[in-house]
Amino acid sequence: MEFPDDLKYTKEHEWVRVKGDTATMGVSDYAQEQLGDIVYLELPEEGEEIEKGEPFGVVESVKAVSDIYGALTGKVVEINDPLTDNPETINEDCYEEGWLIRVKIANPKEMEDLMDAAQYQAYIKEETA
Amino acid sequence: MAKRTPLYEEHVKCNARIVDFAGFDMPVQYSGVVEEHNAVRKAAGLFDVSHMGEFEFTGPDALPFLEYLTPNSVSKLTDGQAQYSMLCNENGGIVDDILVYRFNPEKFVMVVNASNIEKDWQWIQKNTGRRTQYAIRNISDQTALLALQGPKAKEIIKTDLKPFHFFEGELFGVKNCTIARTGYTGEDGFEIFCPADQAVTLWQALLKAGAPLGLKPTGLGARDTLRLEARLSLYGHEINDETNPLEAGLSWVVKLDKPFDFIGKQALKKIKEGGLKRQIVGFKMIDKGIPRQACPLTDGKSQIGFVTSGTFSPTLQIGIGLGFVPTVFSPIGTKFNIDIRGTQKLAEVTAVPFYKRK
Repeated sequence: MEFPDDLKYTKEHEWVRVKGDTATMGVSDYAQEQLGDIVYLELPEEGEEIEKGEPFGVVESVKAVSDIYGALTGKVVEINDPLTDNPETINEDCYEEGWLIRVKIANPKEMEDLMDAAQYQAYIKEETA
Repeated sequence: MAKRTPLYEEHVKCNARIVDFAGFDMPVQYSGVVEEHNAVRKAAGLFDVSHMGEFEFTGPDALPFLEYLTPNSVSKLTDGQAQYSMLCNENGGIVDDILVYRFNPEKFVMVVNASNIEKDWQWIQKNTGRRTQYAIRNISDQTALLALQGPKAKEIIKTDLKPFHFFEGELFGVKNCTIARTGYTGEDGFEIFCPADQAVTLWQALLKAGAPLGLKPTGLGARDTLRLEARLSLYGHEINDETNPLEAGLSWVVKLDKPFDFIGKQALKKIKEGGLKRQIVGFKMIDKGIPRQACPLTDGKSQIGFVTSGTFSPTLQIGIGLGFVPTVFSPIGTKFNIDIRGTQKLAEVTAVPFYKRK
């Protein structure tokens, strides 16, 4: 499993890439592996507000349904639309082609709650122990 | 602690993801549900289904007892033949769905669902009546069961065995196997019983023999998507103590005219005469979405039924499901909504099985 150093992570297994006032979000390598073959994806519309810690979408594997949680609060400025037709891309490339949404960050202070790659890996280890 | 089959260590070696199923630590997947599903449709898969239960009936009363316990016609079986059947209660509800194997006129084996082993055993004990000329043994723990399924299965076990027939013999050096041409995937294939202490040897030999043909270890995840595409019922989903075989689409199992009384006969006769109020239909999604068990089915305004099983179909690449609806909603092409987490999604009744092998 890979956890790029330039990303931040949440306890709900999402990743965040911050550039200026925009945050790109997706699900982590650990999350996609736990889910298994992803076959269905529901994303919010552009312009919708998402909240930190609240579900903004749904990802389904053959066997299971999981909510996707907001890593930060903000307005959705872009969604990865083609992904809903090819959700298996999340299994193949969760950090690049498999990104989910871009959000205009409403409260930069929330970024302090995110984990870096080392902290996140320690968190997974603890959770699965 | 959960029970383990004799093949638990083999699953771990094959990188299985282990889950609790019916009180057993079972492999839900190895390489991935979709890949395993496709292996069974195109080549072959090997399932460990040793968690299932086996009861052996012997003696002169074994046959009449089974005729009383089950609605199918056990007397129609010849030596070396197997039959899909069920245990019904007095109301016609389904205690369990089972397979009955006839070894000889005085020896039968009943295969039951893992989740129902204890319940079925109690049920059978409760219904022995005045019969004395029989013995019943729970041989579940000493019996392993492997399912080799897929179009390439017959190249791994070369035999001209007919469907729903079986023979006893040696397989890959493992003695005392029972090899049946049965399965739960909609493909050709075999189910092989062997002594529990020989299961690892047989598992390894089959995987080795089948590897060049594309045989893969396959888990319970693929087993579920395969059986659903083939429209095979699963206990706790399509059938349970409160559903009867007629509404569940299993009326062909119920032989009301067989010359034996059986548990549930009067109730089932009455249900048949009164006509069905609801029945199980197969449906496919028109809108995007995946139906799941217990999702409400609606006519757009109010609930008309519910989903008994639903999944993404790896073969058809859409959401499919089975569910109970009033009979008026059962014709092919009928549309209704499925409430998936609060959103109404359109679905359409379709012919079943969803998948039929060529």
